[in-house]
Amino acid sequence: MNLGGGQVVNKQSVMPSSSGASWKSTAAGGSGGGGGGDGGVPDQFPAGLRVLVVDDDPTCLMILEKMLRNCNYEVTKCNRAEVALSFLRENKNGFDVVISDVHMPDMDGFKLLEHIGIEMDLPVIMMSADDSKSVVMKGVTHGACDYLIKPVRIEALRNIWQHVVRKRKHEWKDFEPSASADEQKPPEEPDYSSSANEGHNWKNTKRRKDEDDEGEDRDDSSSLKKPRVVWSVELHQQFVAAVNQLGIDKAVPKKILELMNVPGLTRENVASHLQKYRLYLRRLSGSQHPGGMNASFMGGPDAGYGSISSLNGLDLQALAASGQLGQLPPQSLATLQAAALGRSTNSKSPISAPVIDQRNIFSFENPKSRYTEVQSQHLTNSSSSKQMNLLPGIPTNMEPKQFVSLQHQSGQHSFGSINNQVLIQMGGQSQSQSHSHSHSHSQGQSNTNPHHGLRPPVLSSEMLTRGGVVDMATTVYNPVVSQASSLVDFSMNHKNDSSGSSYPLGGSLGIPNLASATPTPLQGDGNLDTKVPRRGIVSSYDIFNDINPSGIREWGLQDVGMTFDSAQHTMQGGSGPVLLQHNRSSEREMGGQNRNSTSGKAIFSPGVETGSHRNVGQQRNSYVAENSLRVKAEDGSSHNNTLYPEQYGDDLLAAILKQHHQQQQQGVGQSETEFGFDGYAMDNLPA
Amino acid sequence: MERNQMQMHRQIATIRKSLFDQGYLDEQFVQLEELQDNSNPNFVEEVVTLFYRDSARFLYNLDQALEKRPLDFSRLDSLMHQFKGSSSSIGAKKVKIECTHFRDYCNARNTEGCQDKLGPSRRHAGPDKSFGF
Repeated sequence: MNLGGGQVVNKQSVMPSSSGASWKSTAAGGSGGGGGGDGGVPDQFPAGLRVLVVDDDPTCLMILEKMLRNCNYEVTKCNRAEVALSFLRENKNGFDVVISDVHMPDMDGFKLLEHIGIEMDLPVIMMSADDSKSVVMKGVTHGACDYLIKPVRIEALRNIWQHVVRKRKHEWKDFEPSASADEQKPPEEPDYSSSANEGHNWKNTKRRKDEDDEGEDRDDSSSLKKPRVVWSVELHQQFVAAVNQLGIDKAVPKKILELMNVPGLTRENVASHLQKYRLYLRRLSGSQHPGGMNASFMGGPDAGYGSISSLNGLDLQALAASGQLGQLPPQSLATLQAAALGRSTNSKSPISAPVIDQRNIFSFENPKSRYTEVQSQHLTNSSSSKQMNLLPGIPTNMEPKQFVSLQHQSGQHSFGSINNQVLIQMGGQSQSQSHSHSHSHSQGQSNTNPHHGLRPPVLSSEMLTRGGVVDMATTVYNPVVSQASSLVDFSMNHKNDSSGSSYPLGGSLGIPNLASATPTPLQGDGNLDTKVPRRGIVSSYDIFNDINPSGIREWGLQDVGMTFDSAQHTMQGGSGPVLLQHNRSSEREMGGQNRNSTSGKAIFSPGVETGSHRNVGQQRNSYVAENSLRVKAEDGSSHNNTLYPEQYGDDLLAAILKQHHQQQQQGVGQSETEFGFDGYAMDNLPA
Repeated sequence: MERNQMQMHRQIATIRKSLFDQGYLDEQFVQLEELQDNSNPNFVEEVVTLFYRDSARFLYNLDQALEKRPLDFSRLDSLMHQFKGSSSSIGAKKVKIECTHFRDYCNARNTEGCQDKLGPSRRHAGPDKSFGF
């Protein structure tokens, strides 16, 4: 866990697969400890490149494998995206590049691409027999490093190593060597314990222009020295504030840096963060549906979210204001939250509060690189893939309305911070999450969740702040995921009954996975178990679980989070483990405030979906639509409420819960009303 | 004995050439052949066998999909896309072309066209089987 004071350095995962590949060092210009990788010796690069090939067509798979072997690469093949993801998760640094088919039965290739980008940040090459421009464009926007047309020739495969090198180089750049710049290659040590050294390296390699900043960094907290800058919630808020002050068009890294006045922050850090943020915004605006919550994202929920925002001090209000959330029953969220809060030590702490506290926890390291990818994907994908929308979707929906309202709110930043926190947490969480899970695989999932979570949140935060949050999103990216899960969990636990239903919200983040997974994934609290049937929901919980363990959530969602995780993992079995995460993160981001609005919606669909849990990820879109619709139809609020909690994480949930709880007492109580859709969900859940 | 072997080789070569000439196979197939080496002496055979097995499954799915009314074009299209991918990977040129035509029909929502095209697709897949190893 990297919970540094707002800066968490993500070690290893961020670094370009340092551990394995020897050529890393070559790519990094000598950095990376040579990696014991396959090559072991930089000179042999690209021999020994570890490639993971994913294609459902056995013929192609066999041919590719042979071709890659002939290129002296180390090949691992699998014919299912899920399997590929589990390979990657179990072996974080075990692969250097992934080649994936676009059309696969269990998971869309682009979705896989997204997941990988978020979780592992490996270069992914898409391939397909389809050479139509739109598909290739989709590959580009989703962040694919390359796109091969089938039949693939061996010549085309010979050069794939370039993508690895390129990515490594970019990753290096992301590092901000706060410390003096050493020649050394930062990635060498995953932990970056010797920040000073690393800083030095970076500096030199990076031609830093902000010498001053670097100097400051050096003196600054040790965390800053780490090569990776952690975009904590606070930091992101500052960033967003600076950007807004300058105007998104005029915001240049140098000025932003000056405005932010953060010691140890370099212009490069800001620049990359800004880039991500811009992409995020673009995606949000692109995928934005007039109806408020991104239809693609949520499937058309729009109305409910607005109300939710009120739940959360900041976010909720924003959401409510936007009216988008209207659909989502804040009540459920509030109830959940209240429940969560009640359970936790901070029974009444406002949603924003916990979120803010968490800010420090987030570390933005990995998300950055992924974020760009995600962002681009989201931006362009909003319509094309619902799944993606979940991440961006939430933000998009929120954007029009929520952002406006959020912006004004102080919560805006907090939101961002929340996200950041979440992200950070997630980053660290992934590790912690695992412990909460009973399943080993859950671990992998939790890890993934963080990433996913981060992404979505980032987007949402952007939405909220309208433009400054992009970075947040990224940072949040990781933590969000975990947080989301914890949040969800939390809410769920309290709800017990509803938790199942409410998860649909979370589902968007992770629920989809849950749905597909076995019904009993929820292990943490008993509540989670109930949720399990929902499947979709469960997944989202995992995220939350993850978050909680880190302790970020003050509410005491921690336990919830944990359970959630386990639940989630089990659930994951389904198609969307990865998907869940995404949802979650998006939820998370929103969690602060907007989350409710957007995430709620999005989540609904996946979770609630009756039978589609299986491929939640894929079906998310449908889910969302369904759920959101259903939710609306059913109790309107009850369902929504339940969903929200998941999305927004602890804060949101609490806020929502509280609010909704008061507003609509559907009947039995929070659990019932909030999860109103609980009953509802039950029906829908395939379980 | 040797003579027989030589004759057989010649026959195989002739058949092979004809397949290329008739457009059943294309350059990709040559790539496969080039991949074959001592460490994988039967590579081509293995791949083609895999292809046939896969295409049998595909054709079965295709038949099922074609029996439905109205035709689910998107499913047909995605099936065809998959088949096109595998056939092009092994260099089954004609099959690939037929797949493309079929997909065009799908895109145009042309029911009869799809049905008609199925025949040729099958036929074209056939000759590959005759290619002896």
